[in-house]
Amino acid sequence: MIKLEHVSKNYGRVMGVKDVSLEISEGEIFGLVGPDGAGKTTLIRMIAGILSPTEGEMRVLGAVNPEIIKEYLGYVPQKFSLYGELTVQENIFLLGSLYGQRKEEIEERANQILDFTKLLPFKERLADHLSGGMKQKLALAAGLMHRPKIFLLDEPTTGVDPVSRREFWQMLYRLNKDGMTIIVSTPYMDEAELCSRVAFMHNGIVADCNSPQGLRQTYPFRVLELSAKDPNIKRYLAIPSVLECNKFGDKYHVIVKDRAALKEVALTLEAAGLVIEALKEIPPTLEDVFVALASEVI
Amino acid sequence: MRRLKALLIKEFLQIRRDRLTLIMMLGLPVIQLVLFGFAINTDVKHLPTIVFDQSLQQDSRDLLSSLEASGYFDIKYLAKSYQEANSAVDAGKAKVGIVIPPDFSENLKHGRQAAVQVIVDATDSMAASSAISAAQLIGQIKSQDILLQQIRGYSGHPAEKPYDIRIRPWYNPDFISAFYMVPGIMGVMLTMTMVMITSMAIVRERERGTLEQLIVTPMKNWELMLGKIIPYSLVGYVQVTVALLAGILIFDLPIRGSLALLYVLTALFILASLSLGLLISTVTKNQMQAMQLSFFVFLPSVLLSGFMFPREAMPMVFNLLGNLLPLTFYLQILRGIILKGVGLSVLWPQIIALIIFIIITLTISIKKFQKKIA
Amino acid sequence: MYAVELTNLTRKFGDFTAVNDVTLKIKTGSIYGFLGPNGSGKSTTIRMLCGLLEPTSGRGSVLGFDIAKDSEMIKQKIGYMSQKFSLYDDLTVIENLQFYGGMYSLSGSLGKGRIEEMLNLAGLKDRQDELVINLSGGWKQRLALGCSILHKPSILFLDEPTGGVDPKSRRMFWDIIYDLALQGTTIMVTTHFMDEAEHCDEIGFIFEGNLIASSSPAYLKQTIPGTLIRIPTDDPMGLLEILEGSLLSYLDIYCSGTSLHLLMETEKLAQITDFHYEKITPALEDVFVYLVKSHRKE
Repeated sequence: MIKLEHVSKNYGRVMGVKDVSLEISEGEIFGLVGPDGAGKTTLIRMIAGILSPTEGEMRVLGAVNPEIIKEYLGYVPQKFSLYGELTVQENIFLLGSLYGQRKEEIEERANQILDFTKLLPFKERLADHLSGGMKQKLALAAGLMHRPKIFLLDEPTTGVDPVSRREFWQMLYRLNKDGMTIIVSTPYMDEAELCSRVAFMHNGIVADCNSPQGLRQTYPFRVLELSAKDPNIKRYLAIPSVLECNKFGDKYHVIVKDRAALKEVALTLEAAGLVIEALKEIPPTLEDVFVALASEVI
Repeated sequence: MRRLKALLIKEFLQIRRDRLTLIMMLGLPVIQLVLFGFAINTDVKHLPTIVFDQSLQQDSRDLLSSLEASGYFDIKYLAKSYQEANSAVDAGKAKVGIVIPPDFSENLKHGRQAAVQVIVDATDSMAASSAISAAQLIGQIKSQDILLQQIRGYSGHPAEKPYDIRIRPWYNPDFISAFYMVPGIMGVMLTMTMVMITSMAIVRERERGTLEQLIVTPMKNWELMLGKIIPYSLVGYVQVTVALLAGILIFDLPIRGSLALLYVLTALFILASLSLGLLISTVTKNQMQAMQLSFFVFLPSVLLSGFMFPREAMPMVFNLLGNLLPLTFYLQILRGIILKGVGLSVLWPQIIALIIFIIITLTISIKKFQKKIA
Repeated sequence: MYAVELTNLTRKFGDFTAVNDVTLKIKTGSIYGFLGPNGSGKSTTIRMLCGLLEPTSGRGSVLGFDIAKDSEMIKQKIGYMSQKFSLYDDLTVIENLQFYGGMYSLSGSLGKGRIEEMLNLAGLKDRQDELVINLSGGWKQRLALGCSILHKPSILFLDEPTGGVDPKSRRMFWDIIYDLALQGTTIMVTTHFMDEAEHCDEIGFIFEGNLIASSSPAYLKQTIPGTLIRIPTDDPMGLLEILEGSLLSYLDIYCSGTSLHLLMETEKLAQITDFHYEKITPALEDVFVYLVKSHRKE
């Protein structure tokens, strides 16, 4: 459905995206993950046809020229780009008219979408007076007005409260079940878990692209979860077999090279006179995977 | 003291790194000088002229040759009727029509007032005012001469030079616009860069969030103000020097008064412009707004200060409005020192005006700029 | 001894109340996490504490100084780092440090020593002559932190310090914060990453300007009624839809990564027969979801 071959985009001397090849099939929820400046926004904008690549070839719905397929694309930019001085309904109507829909069609679709996004009770409210989470829902609603086949969302949930984030993802999930292909970027690792496939971007490169399970399987190290009450644990664990030790919630995640290191860690801590409440191997989180990938890329 | 030093070092590093602005600040004086000095010539000479001479005597011919000798009037057509002269001006064939009445010579002889009508195409105001002033001047000189001649005639000594037509503009004997323009351009340019660049420099810090970071340090208000004023004053002085050098090298601009006094009084104007820039920065939120407000100051400065249009000719209201602009006084100082060679004894009212302006704007901007972000 | 004490602190912008009647205390030497979605009043509170904004009403003190009267005294002793990483882009790394050193009047050898320490802390020793504009997010973040602790402040305010930064940099950053806290610096940090909040000694949840909870993470987790269970699944969204449509009675249900979280009254757990599940201790994210939902019901 979307195919990128060796696509690069540079802004003057600065590389935005370097040699990215990707294929996204129909019906996917495709996640783009990576820090600010990794190239997520540039990539989404290129797929949306707002930016053209400096190099490489790109086909969206089989078309090279993005103008032809614009009506099949929905795009929600990172920055809230609707009119704060207009009400929820006025914004939605405006978007509908921009896509050349008839008045009755707009009204019907608007009601349907506002109901879906739970914004119906707020339709008379000025967009400026909505909370962060509701603004994002309005942006989502506006992007849906013309029933796109492909829906692109650039960090739609950044800084939104957890409850709204969950509601937002539930909506994406329903849209996806109805057959919509969704491409979404996010800084939250737990959201990445909800995607069918995830591309991890770093410094303009797609470091890896796989399903969350697939990504976890490629993880080269092992993660130990340690519960122990001592603020100086990191210092005791400065041994060669321990790659990293991080606080994770009220526990520690100790990254080690192999399974044999588990014993070594336990012995080292006991030798230092520490009480180990629990120490076990756990599957790596996506965040662990990305930290490892990021170190490779640099 | 250490904080001020840190602020100054930072500001100079930033000015040095921002190549484009630096080139703009230093190149602008030269470009503007050349542009205004050469391209905009406010003197209008060689106006095509039509003459309807009904007198056809020696006196009228003398007058006409005096007019032509001045260089302002090219007598191209001779009309046979008043109507013809009039319509030639209407049609734009001639810019000026001169009508000499039949009794011109007769009146002169009998010591009566001899009127000459000058018709001017006033659609081109510059040409019109040139023509009117030149004709008036010539008329004045002519009549003085005739008067003198008559007096001498009575005393029995014939006049050696009966008609000495010479236009004598004060302070600028060669009537070169560039001389008049160079001091003006210096002032306008300083206004533009000082007001705009200071206001932008502060607003940019606000936009980037660095101002917020500065405010949480123990820095004092006046340290921040001085940290901006000192570097940009120096930039202002560099600009003045570049403009003066360009004026001297390109236009042979003479400096008739004291150069030292000029530099000292320039400090007053720079300070006035910077405090205006500070004031703008305290009321604007982003660089766009600062830019717009700066233009709001800049345009009246160009129009009302006497840079392009003589202030004497302005309606009272605009004349008074011009008195609110520091450039008005600075221009008087600049032209006074450079062109007239006058000193403190003449310029003290302008100096006082600038000082009052500085006190008022600085007080307001220090009051407005509290160490708070909202 | 408390480093920060706020009593009924309120800040209004026009008729909008950004911070409403907030009362809290922060112990000297502790890490206080200030959590809430964007626009909930986190930054406004921190800005009042740093003397950047004046409170509309209420009282507050930082290190014993009144925030309304003695803000200049406070400024000598605090460090502040905002989400924008307020650095001068057109200056080099070392020039930025020297500048802020000057702003805090650090003299010759002491200043040089501190700058050296900060370069090592940020890992920027080899890049000290690079312009800041060429640094990526993680480096900028650590440099901004270095600039704000040059003068060894006794309390450090961090406003969304980890937004938009890659996971590895986030971990490195928190390591530094930990060390600072161990050395006795009081730290108040805002974030919308809930997992980061687990690192804090105490936590305040702010929602729509109201402080809806302020306590230790362990205590907050106990406030959730019933039992939280986790059902692992490959399709959490799908399972969510199924269970929402079933007769199962639960207090709350939502997706979390690769599993479904169900909050149930403990005695009703027996209702679940079709799925394998495990009881879990709630994470702070679960706590926040619960608190936000109960706050909304009010």
